Amino acid sequence: MAGPGPSGPATLEAREWGWRYATRRAWAVREATFRIEAGERVLLLGPSGSGKSTLLQGLAGVLGGADEGEQLGAVHVDGRPAAAARGRTGLVLQDPDSQTILARVGDDVAFGCENLGIPRGEIWLRVRAALDAVGLDVALDRATSALSGGQKQRLALAGVMAMRPGALLLDEPTANLDPDGVSEVRDAVARVLDATGATLVVIEHRIGAWLPLVDRVIVLGEGGGVVADGTPAAVLEERGAELAAAGVWVPGIRAAYPPPPVAAPGPALVTGDALVVGRGRAAAGPLDLEIRAGEVLGVVGANGAGKSTLGLTVAGLLPAVGGTVAAAPQLAAGAAVAGSRWRRARRGLANRADPAAWTSAALLTRIGAVLQEPEHQILRTTVRDELEVGPRALGLAESEVTARVDDLLARLRLDRLAAANPYTLSGGEKRRLTVAAVLAARPRVVVLDEPTFGQDARTWAELVAIIAALRDGVDDRGPLAVAAITHDEAVLDALSARRFELRAAAAPAGSGGVRR
Amino acid sequence: MNAAASTTTGPTGHRPATTGRFRWRVVDIVIASVIGVACAAVFLLWNVGYEAPSSLLTPLLPGVQGLLAGPWLIAGVLGALIIRKPGAAIYTELLAAVISALVGNQWGPLTIVSGIVQGLGAELVFLLFLYASWRLPVAMLAGAGAGLACGINDRVLWYPGADTLFTSVYIASTTVSGAVIAGLGAWLITRALARTGALSRFAAGREAATRV
Amino acid sequence: MSAPARSAPQDPPAGRGVASLNPVAKLAAALLIALPLVVTIDPVSAGVALVLELPLLLASGVGWRRFWLRTLPLWLAAPAAAVTIALYGQQSGDVLFSWALATVSEGSLGLGLAAALRVLAIGLPAVVLFITVDPTDLADGLAQILRLPARFVVGGLAGMRMLGLLAEDWRSLGLARRARGVADSGRLRRAAGMAFALFVLAIRRGSSLATAMESRAFGAPSPRTWARASRLGAGDVGLMAAGLAISLIALAASVSVGAFHPVFGPA
Repeated sequence: MAGPGPSGPATLEAREWGWRYATRRAWAVREATFRIEAGERVLLLGPSGSGKSTLLQGLAGVLGGADEGEQLGAVHVDGRPAAAARGRTGLVLQDPDSQTILARVGDDVAFGCENLGIPRGEIWLRVRAALDAVGLDVALDRATSALSGGQKQRLALAGVMAMRPGALLLDEPTANLDPDGVSEVRDAVARVLDATGATLVVIEHRIGAWLPLVDRVIVLGEGGGVVADGTPAAVLEERGAELAAAGVWVPGIRAAYPPPPVAAPGPALVTGDALVVGRGRAAAGPLDLEIRAGEVLGVVGANGAGKSTLGLTVAGLLPAVGGTVAAAPQLAAGAAVAGSRWRRARRGLANRADPAAWTSAALLTRIGAVLQEPEHQILRTTVRDELEVGPRALGLAESEVTARVDDLLARLRLDRLAAANPYTLSGGEKRRLTVAAVLAARPRVVVLDEPTFGQDARTWAELVAIIAALRDGVDDRGPLAVAAITHDEAVLDALSARRFELRAAAAPAGSGGVRR
Repeated sequence: MNAAASTTTGPTGHRPATTGRFRWRVVDIVIASVIGVACAAVFLLWNVGYEAPSSLLTPLLPGVQGLLAGPWLIAGVLGALIIRKPGAAIYTELLAAVISALVGNQWGPLTIVSGIVQGLGAELVFLLFLYASWRLPVAMLAGAGAGLACGINDRVLWYPGADTLFTSVYIASTTVSGAVIAGLGAWLITRALARTGALSRFAAGREAATRV
Repeated sequence: MSAPARSAPQDPPAGRGVASLNPVAKLAAALLIALPLVVTIDPVSAGVALVLELPLLLASGVGWRRFWLRTLPLWLAAPAAAVTIALYGQQSGDVLFSWALATVSEGSLGLGLAAALRVLAIGLPAVVLFITVDPTDLADGLAQILRLPARFVVGGLAGMRMLGLLAEDWRSLGLARRARGVADSGRLRRAAGMAFALFVLAIRRGSSLATAMESRAFGAPSPRTWARASRLGAGDVGLMAAGLAISLIALAASVSVGAFHPVFGPA
């Protein structure tokens, strides 16, 4: 529809609405019925698989036509079918990177207005107003790729707000952000709502930050339909435990933490000495740290402080910019040093104890690294093949390979998925797969980069239990040394981890050091 | 778009053609562009990489370096196999060629002309099949079509004054290269992509995956 | 960092010299140089064109390091083209030597030289003109000036942006392979695997991006406005005229000297 059309907050209504994707047999949503009045602020909850995202996309009218799925019932915005009312709703998705449409900040915010046919002069007025409202104080020609995650989400919010929608639909807007980013975005949303009075529907599993903002909670059921609908206090009172079991972080209900380790930590297996890390240029350091068997070292610090780079460096994936990373003799014994490329890159550092100088096969059985993004770590086309990569690279006998893989499939509950393509797994399943793949080669040290990133409470608890099992020892060779890089404090508490805090290297060299 | 569908669960098959079958959705345009850019990266690498094999092949038989033309033809066939809409082959091949030209290569803006011609070669084959068949033989035929177009285009623009032997060998080589590298290659890539579930919004993805 | 007050519609950042002109004009200029030059293969037209292009190259505002880096493929390809034509091109004049199917004669040597010069004459201005093109501005120009369909131009632009942002993902993919013990050998195979994984990632992000764009009302049949105006100014017209002049003068010089050697002529 052309032009701004009706303005003011929108009413949203679903009548026995259902949707089934063309590639699935089960219905994503069934028999959803509710009415949201103009200006109401609603939190949408439910177990994963209950179709929350689908419902939100249905309200936004972006689900696609008859060739992408089947629809039952109807979903209306201001009394008109949602698909015909696209400019009336604004959708913000979870991944900051796949919502930045244009290269410059101003252009990106102006995009929605252009699509609505708004005259040029007014577009830029709206752009500036929207950026002010979300508190994004950057130049209009700033590159969008240079923004942080929290800034990108606020940019998306500004882009949506510039269209003056009647309803804001937010699909896990803060799931992929660190705690600072979460509060930035939540505050920005509050400001936008105050300024426009728009209707709000938000999906999140970390609900603590959003509860003060909403006045109604709707819970979708796993088999379809709306199972609860009322004020936050009432719904949480009635269904708090159920929701917590389904993966929502309900304030006041905490998942059971694994028991603390029984034995004291063993010897240090990897040591960093006056270590300076970075990619080319120094990002953090000098640092002194140790990763000990039977203990979890939790690396924390602000976003951009270099935590991931530190993790990759001690895991032997990146060379250190300064100082040394040394593997203990029992770990480094027999490690083959990589050929000319590494030696050329680190002249004079053909040091047998430095993991960065090892061949990748040597690294495989000594230090395992689980990276932040599971999809970067998928190498094969079935789960079973994926787990076999490590053992096969070691040249183990066929029977041994099969034995190890079967054991891992059972232990990490992936046996049902053994023949599936790894890309088709859910988020939590992919993470379990990447951990299993690293364990297949039986390393003594495991480094995990943001293992619980973006996960709901249920998969969070699963992963924490797995990491605790690593710390306490998974096979007869004893406890492993674990390093976890995370911005999630609860993970460190759950694992009884020793904290190692990294501060950004804005200060001159020498003051980037941290306490043990 | 608001079809009130019945609740019968019929067999999973292709849906009957609706009036929108040939209209490009936004996701079609964006993914066609992604494919174009990805293939542009292949083009740029091959722009540099083909020199060595070419200098080996050229002395053997004049014109046989046309066998190396395949990687430049893959964009159109791949785009068409994934997007399955009219104009997909031309669009992706053209986009890849435009990017290759913008970044800078030895053929300059005439790369764009090559892109149009090569894309047209593949497009015509898919048109002949009325945009209804996307199986391997059709893909290889489309690759051959692109190769044929490429051979003729190159002979006219870049090898002026070449003799008959060179011309015939060259055009034959580009056609074969197109059929194998572009046609078969694109078909295999599409199938592998479909298996990862990345193409779930496309007919190519829905065919490969059964209802789960 | 506060946003500077701008009351006018967003203008592209002003570059030095050629950089500030409309991208459509640059595209047209490059084509206007190339297309007439293509019809002939002789050293005079290519040489004259190269000389006339020098002021354009110098005024472009491109740093020397970037220039040489981006034109490297041209400097490799020009001699390669020369060799191919010299060995297999049209023969005329004294035969200098022959081996198997390759024959080198005076005529083919001349054609080879001409081919090399032609590659440079067509390629160099194209590279220089295109280095300074901002993709968003090019899309604006294509849609507003050439009236190409907005859905395709903007959708194409959004998809294109994605590639440049995947560098970090590429690095991560490489590190993952090292961590899994498969990075010691088989570099080509590994690169192909990484390329496929990156492709999957790009398609997934692209699908998400398409949803985000649709949720901002993109793709609707109603008319679209443009936040950034793209117009052809005097400088743009001048650039295109200069391009056309270069190629026409080169052709005229070639014809007048008698060196004109049409591509489509009798073999």
